[in-house]
Amino acid sequence: MSFISAYAVPLMIFVFVLSGIIRKVKVFDAFTEGAKEGLECTIKIMPSLIGLMVGISMFRASGAMEIISQIFAPVLNFLRIPKEIFPLAILRPVSGSGSIAIVTDILNKYGPDSLVGRIASVMMGSTETTFYTLAVYFGCIGIKKTRHTLKSALTADFTGIILSVFTVYLLLNK
Amino acid sequence: MFTKTVDIFSILSHIIFWVIIMMNYIWGFMVIISFVISAIRGNVSEVTAASLEGAKEAITTIIGLLGIMCFWTGLTRIAEKSGLTAFFETALRPLTHKLFPKLPKNSPAMTAISMNMTANLLGMGNAATPLGLKAMEELNKLNKFRDTASDEMCTFAVINTASIQLIPSTIISLRQMYGSQNPGEIILPVWICSILALVAGVTVSKILEKRSRL
Repeated sequence: MSFISAYAVPLMIFVFVLSGIIRKVKVFDAFTEGAKEGLECTIKIMPSLIGLMVGISMFRASGAMEIISQIFAPVLNFLRIPKEIFPLAILRPVSGSGSIAIVTDILNKYGPDSLVGRIASVMMGSTETTFYTLAVYFGCIGIKKTRHTLKSALTADFTGIILSVFTVYLLLNK
Repeated sequence: MFTKTVDIFSILSHIIFWVIIMMNYIWGFMVIISFVISAIRGNVSEVTAASLEGAKEAITTIIGLLGIMCFWTGLTRIAEKSGLTAFFETALRPLTHKLFPKLPKNSPAMTAISMNMTANLLGMGNAATPLGLKAMEELNKLNKFRDTASDEMCTFAVINTASIQLIPSTIISLRQMYGSQNPGEIILPVWICSILALVAGVTVSKILEKRSRL
């Protein structure tokens, strides 16, 4: 298991660059060209990330986050979801930069190798911003009746959220 | 029992759609409520400090992410030019044919769908969205109803709301930034969770499409 985790990234980098060299791509030129795009894209999320991180850290410092988590504590205990994770589980399907902000907050406060940090990481990696995606995809072609899409997509999110708690318990925090 | 869960789903969906529309208010409320609660508890100075800390933290995060993001988009550009993404796309074809059995095999819609899935798989977020929109447009051309989604559109949208990334690079780099002993240890759990979530979503969508025949 640790083998897969350790080799997935380096193997992919190796294969990408090797394929470029074999097919005689100007690999460095292609790399810098692509990297420039990444730069623009990351800078674009900066304003909303600043806003959200200010909001979230104020919300936490004031104790409001604690109050909200306490209200939902019984349900969370039942599902074995640590209450620190709750804000992420709620915001993940709604906002991409919002969930980056919350994950950063969690990693900063509890550490990436803590139980909470690991669950937050797996949750962040295995789910998507469902509502944003649906709004953009159906909005652009003017579809108003999305039929069963939302139910199915939310089932996927719920499965991902619950499983990220369980896989961390089973695989990482033995 | 089943209809009851569906009701909860639709109520929940309305609430969250409302949440998106209200994002401006929510952010405003977050700030206001933080001050009100801290005034009651008497820790206003902590909250003020936290706001400045949050802004600083956002910049640190962005700078930390910037390197890996650029590295990743740079690598995927190489893969694009070398034809590796085209190879992945062909490899995905049997799967896309299974997921969309009613689509003609070499239709523009099918091509756009498998290109979008490849882009998602390789973590090319910038490329995935335009390709996804293209796929939706192509699917809409085959759609008999003007404002109602076809079965294929529903399945395709569900696939895009699940995360099917080979390497979850954003979260790995965030973990690295905060000093994880093993930033990549989450890859296997992430794969398991995202595959099962995808299977759950697609299964439910296939079951429900039969119930809501157009």
